Amino acid sequence: MATVAPTGSGSTIASPTTARTAPGAARRRRPRWPLALYLGPGMLGFSVFIVLPLLFSLVMSLYDWPLFGQAEFVGLENYRRMLTGDPAFWASLFTTVLFAIVYTAANLAVCLGLSYWLMSLGRRWASSFRVLFFIPVVTPMIGNALIFRLMLNDDGVVNQMLARLGISGPSWLSTPGWAMVSLVLMSLWQGIGYNIIVLGAGIAGISPSVLEASRIDGAGPILRFTRVIFPMLSPTVFFCTVMTVIGAFKVFAQPYALTEGGPANSTTTLVLLLYRNGFSYDRLGYASALAWALFVVVMLITAFQFSQQKRWVSYDS
Amino acid sequence: MTADTLPRTTARRASGGGQLLSKVLLVVVGVVFAFPFLWMLATSLKPTDEVFATGTSLIGSRIAWDNYQIAWTAVPFGRILLNSLLVALLGAGLTVTVSVLSAYAFTRFTFRGRAALFGGFLATMVLPQEILVIPLFFMMQQLQLVNSFPALILPFAFGAFGTFLIRQFLLSLPPDYEEAATIDGAGRLRTLVSVIVPLLRAPIAVVFVFSFIEYWGSFLWPLIIVNDASMATVPIGLQMFSGERGTDWGPMMAAVTLVVIPSLVIVVLLQKQLRQGVAMSGFGGR
Repeated sequence: MATVAPTGSGSTIASPTTARTAPGAARRRRPRWPLALYLGPGMLGFSVFIVLPLLFSLVMSLYDWPLFGQAEFVGLENYRRMLTGDPAFWASLFTTVLFAIVYTAANLAVCLGLSYWLMSLGRRWASSFRVLFFIPVVTPMIGNALIFRLMLNDDGVVNQMLARLGISGPSWLSTPGWAMVSLVLMSLWQGIGYNIIVLGAGIAGISPSVLEASRIDGAGPILRFTRVIFPMLSPTVFFCTVMTVIGAFKVFAQPYALTEGGPANSTTTLVLLLYRNGFSYDRLGYASALAWALFVVVMLITAFQFSQQKRWVSYDS
Repeated sequence: MTADTLPRTTARRASGGGQLLSKVLLVVVGVVFAFPFLWMLATSLKPTDEVFATGTSLIGSRIAWDNYQIAWTAVPFGRILLNSLLVALLGAGLTVTVSVLSAYAFTRFTFRGRAALFGGFLATMVLPQEILVIPLFFMMQQLQLVNSFPALILPFAFGAFGTFLIRQFLLSLPPDYEEAATIDGAGRLRTLVSVIVPLLRAPIAVVFVFSFIEYWGSFLWPLIIVNDASMATVPIGLQMFSGERGTDWGPMMAAVTLVVIPSLVIVVLLQKQLRQGVAMSGFGGR
């Protein structure tokens, strides 16, 4: 930050930097404090609340670090234990991956279907239903989870409705498989509003004349979706997939409040395990190691998705 | 799957029957989707001992308004709503202020290392906050800030999203306005506040609303940093309530209703900003 040359012009991105500073020899002597005034608050907060904790998290992961009291350096022991000595880690990683795959697939399928459907009904209908679908995104997750706990109770309204149809419903929250189903269902209810808006904006961006042309060519709605709409929408779908997978890997409040990670830890996700290790079992160092594992896994999967995108994402319109 | 299965008229509205059927079906989907809220409201007005006994019926033997009274007094609900509102408003305000200043600095100043600094800043958007909460907890412990407003607000006001979004708009804003104001003798800060900020109303509103909602719904961090009902935010208040009265479904659903209503108001009032924001964050990079 040595040379500060205030420029009035806006549309500078990266390259003109050198060109701008070079002729302004006189400008260089102008005081530097204005830049500090504008950049200071943001970068100070960024350093204190993001960079510092990030580095500190790495350090903590090398310690046996209790909630209160003296920390003890243990080297890579936390990582060794995570990878070889703690079956709970692998179990929760499996649970998280399973959840992420099922949830993302279901989310994208439902959201694509609903956005396409909404589009066909005109602006007024589409926008009011988008508002409806967005409500659970904003209501607190704990509230959402409590409502689902009530409805999915063994004697809850879902099973009572099923009973009316002559079906004896399962113990949604206390059988391992159904607990995962419940978790996915509740997360879908809570989460689809977001992707419906993103995909809706994507669909709205498709030129009507293209759709019209395909209609005149006699393409039916299914063919039109697979051959025209989906390819044109694929960058948006890709974006949604990446973001949804990342979100799914960080799932916490739903299992915490809906199933409490159970039964038999079948819904204990990585972040829930991390929280419990840190704040129930008093192992902040180990929890930090888990956080890094989460980060690495999310990065690997995101990188993998980017590497695969040319197989199905088309950026030419 | 809808109107288009019928005669291929150009005017979609004209294709009567199919369109109607499609709308009816969508309303059914909407009702199913809204059912959890309906059931929440219905349960909140049932006497607790009838919650499961009433089966699929929406009403019990009487309207149990007292559930709301129990919910309101069992945990300090007024205080909790106020806490959440204060945290969300101050947090969103701080986020917007910092984002505007940083975005301005990143677009209207040139300095050595600007691109690298911005790149590094932006890269932290991919960091899961789960990595940060543990050291942040320790920091707050050292600073004696556990269970305080600064602890609830500060850590999440400095993310890159707001700066990124506002910067996108600043880049496309022609400098003529600012130059005119500068020629007229206005200082930088005054130009920023009175000329640029009004032009950035749309992205500022989006950043504010998103930040507000993030604070409003945040769960993991408050769960870690709050240990007293007097500092609880809405999600933590509900959590405490369900911990104490886990099977007291009537009052519990009354409590949930009390927090769902303000959220509902937020969505309806701010739908435009929300839609823009989701669309911008999806496409803002291009």
